[in-house]
Amino acid sequence: MSDRMELAEWVLDAVGDRAEVEVRVTGGNLALTRFANSFIHQNVGEEGDSVTLRVASGGRVASGTTTNTGREALVRFIDDAIERASHQPVDEDWPGLASPSADVALDHYDPATAAASPAERAERVAAFVAAGTGMRAAGYCSTQSTEIAFANSNGVRREGRATEAILDGIHQTDTSAGSGHAASGRLGDIDAGAVGALAAQRAADGADVSDVKPGEYEVVLAPECVASICVFLSYYGFNGKGFNEGQSFVELGAQQFDEQLTLVDDVTDPRAMAIGFDYDGTARGRLDLVAEGVTRAVAHDRRSARKAGAVSTGHALPGSEVYGAFPTTVFMNEGDSSVEELIAGVDRGLYVATFNYCRVLEPKTMAVTGLTRNGTFMIENGRITGAVTGLRFTQSFVAGLGPGRILGIGNDGRWADSEFGAGLMHVPSLRLAGWHFTGGAEG
Amino acid sequence: MYDYAVAAVEGALAAGATYADARVVIAATESIDVLNKVVESVNRTETAGVGVRALIGSSWGFYATAELTDTDARRAGEMAAEIARASALVPGSPLELADVPVVTDSYVTPHEEDPLEVPLSEKVDLLVGVTGTMLGVEGVALARGNITSWVTDKWFVSSQGHRIHQRLVECGGGYDATALGERETQRRSYPQSFGQFETGGFEVVRKWDFPGNAQRVAEEAVALLGAPELEEGEKQLILEASQLALQIHESVGHAIELDRILGWEAAFAGTSHLELPKLHSHRYGSELMNITADATLSGALGTFAYDDEGTPSQRVDIVKDGTWVGVLSGRDSAAIAGLPPGGMVRADNFNRLPMVRMTNVGLLPGSSSLDEIIAETRDGVYMETNRSWSIDDKRLNFQFGCEVGWEIKDGKRGRMVRNPTYTGITPRFWGTLDMLAGGDEWVHWGTPNCGKGQPMQVAHTGHSAAPARFSTVRVGVKA
Repeated sequence: MSDRMELAEWVLDAVGDRAEVEVRVTGGNLALTRFANSFIHQNVGEEGDSVTLRVASGGRVASGTTTNTGREALVRFIDDAIERASHQPVDEDWPGLASPSADVALDHYDPATAAASPAERAERVAAFVAAGTGMRAAGYCSTQSTEIAFANSNGVRREGRATEAILDGIHQTDTSAGSGHAASGRLGDIDAGAVGALAAQRAADGADVSDVKPGEYEVVLAPECVASICVFLSYYGFNGKGFNEGQSFVELGAQQFDEQLTLVDDVTDPRAMAIGFDYDGTARGRLDLVAEGVTRAVAHDRRSARKAGAVSTGHALPGSEVYGAFPTTVFMNEGDSSVEELIAGVDRGLYVATFNYCRVLEPKTMAVTGLTRNGTFMIENGRITGAVTGLRFTQSFVAGLGPGRILGIGNDGRWADSEFGAGLMHVPSLRLAGWHFTGGAEG
Repeated sequence: MYDYAVAAVEGALAAGATYADARVVIAATESIDVLNKVVESVNRTETAGVGVRALIGSSWGFYATAELTDTDARRAGEMAAEIARASALVPGSPLELADVPVVTDSYVTPHEEDPLEVPLSEKVDLLVGVTGTMLGVEGVALARGNITSWVTDKWFVSSQGHRIHQRLVECGGGYDATALGERETQRRSYPQSFGQFETGGFEVVRKWDFPGNAQRVAEEAVALLGAPELEEGEKQLILEASQLALQIHESVGHAIELDRILGWEAAFAGTSHLELPKLHSHRYGSELMNITADATLSGALGTFAYDDEGTPSQRVDIVKDGTWVGVLSGRDSAAIAGLPPGGMVRADNFNRLPMVRMTNVGLLPGSSSLDEIIAETRDGVYMETNRSWSIDDKRLNFQFGCEVGWEIKDGKRGRMVRNPTYTGITPRFWGTLDMLAGGDEWVHWGTPNCGKGQPMQVAHTGHSAAPARFSTVRVGVKA
């Protein structure tokens, strides 16, 4: 038994028969090396365990998290949680604790990434910076390990661990910026020179910019843009609580997307960077969200599943009782076209490297406004002919991927970071029939 | 607790740091969420640990541990120095720190009722009550409420001799009603979207009269479903104070952060349209525009006695009569720019590196009132309460959506309009500021969710504002 599971068992014993209880002991480390103006300026690391507790007695529930794992402090924390629960009204939607079920066998963990040194991260930064001669580089390289032990008074016992490494950055000229990105469960997979070279190439290509009039344009979207779209679809649409509440665009069984599109959430994929159970302790596997353009499912934790008369899909997150459960390990199907081939099919349109500051105007239609950033290029007669200034768009993300709107899917699927902070999505480039740009750099 | 911070600093210095500081932070957060009279969550988070910052050459190294022992704190200091030293693989010019007074002091946020001592049952009853009132209005599908309280103790020690303890007390909350149509949702919030938060105790929640506004908020949400959509065009735009507060936050507050201006946030949060050589000459807005960053305002959410570098809180002019005159800075960024340090560097917990953050960046009040502004508006729209916000990485091109609008025709408030949006370019927009309210309508609005940095940090900031009018603005942008 691991030290963390021993601590979880100790907490269960300390609660005893005073309440139903679930406990999660989370540990690991996070280190992030940040650079700007082509040198490392902020370089951080942290370690430590936390204990998250949820107690329930007669449907009266309270929860809490503490980083103070000393036994005396934990006794006080436990007693306080039980006391707080006793003063609550009965939670009519309390689904009870998870029951034992088979584990999903996976271990997306790389010891070398978990133990990566500051020097190893700095070496990646150096390679990224060196790829942009005469340019200003900025970005970060991070490594993270997460180890979790979960136990509850129904007899569920689960342990999981995962690692993640990210290199993300831009190169800048006086008039332009270009971005590059790579992520993997293993730091050793990241080719920092190649990521830096892509960013430098985009920056160089974008140095001579011109204005373009707002309007409807055919687009080729790089994976970072597609990741942003998928994060918004997941958080606002495939969110079981939002679906229950009637705030989601999702119509189960309907052809809401182009028939070329398939989306799955799958922690069992070898490329995933996640553990095999959720914050409720429910085992998590593969969830088909969209199959050939037909919306198939939303993600649930135990609470939203109970409200929907469904079964938890294993997507509970911290705070999902309030914000809802949503998919976080999403894979979009790849096509067979290279990015160059996607661009070659466009008579007149735009290539966009990244979106920026997207915000939802209407969740039921997924109308979103946002901007382009770090590389926006005009496509004419099948080739990129020049860079354009950043643009604002106001566009329904669902309609943008709707039936007949996907004109090509790239073969360049990879982990791409969204700007929304909800994480990484494994997605390719997309060629779309139209995107509604509502403003230029000058409004 | 000072002992752990001292051990961390000693560990960093022994490992080669030229300067080091450390914060022991013990923080408690309580959050209560109610949906449709059902308590969804009663959550309490307690964190404790020490974070130490070591300067070697051109880089900060930072390390944090949740283990509060002398040994772990000292090791954290050594780790911070090791991390800083690794930065020399990709070096820049050596960092220097602007001078600040070395003090020993303590501070407690003035407050009447410790928010964590107020019975949970009272808070729950309040939220169950207001969500019940809203749910009683026909057409309301979702009625949500939240109360959140923070009590944070920080012990700061630097290798220059600082010894500062602060207890910051913050509290607030809010609620909203959502009505569902076939193809859209409409929401009204009170006191503002995401709630209103201030420094102080539970008296903050009491003074906002939660029960007294629930019926109106719910009725407006339902009425919005049947209201006409705001037509696209150029109009006079009147902003309610909380929306103006967010406008200040996004188009002024972030743009004046010196770390952004220096390029330190270029890859993530972005840079700024402002250039230091134009300080004291750049025209930011009309002569009615006077912005300060004031961390000394009583009750505002960005108020404290010392920042997380030990610099005293202060009031700094940012925009004076429409001209840009100041920045938000810390000891390192101020030294580079040749400016005095502004005391605006904060971290959101023990495990995050302090960085430049807004304090209370607000628009000083004018002499008019909302009623007067409306009375003097010929063809405009009045918008209340933020619903969406988006702005580019230089803080120039923005688009905001509000929850509700009303047409203003010939000095009178007309029909309600739904989905009101407006868009603009920062200096051009602020240049059209032509009427500004004051008096009791000037409020210290709080923003509890300002994201910045990698790893992500969330800061609590304040933005004083009163209703204002802008003469010519593009409104009604649609998908």
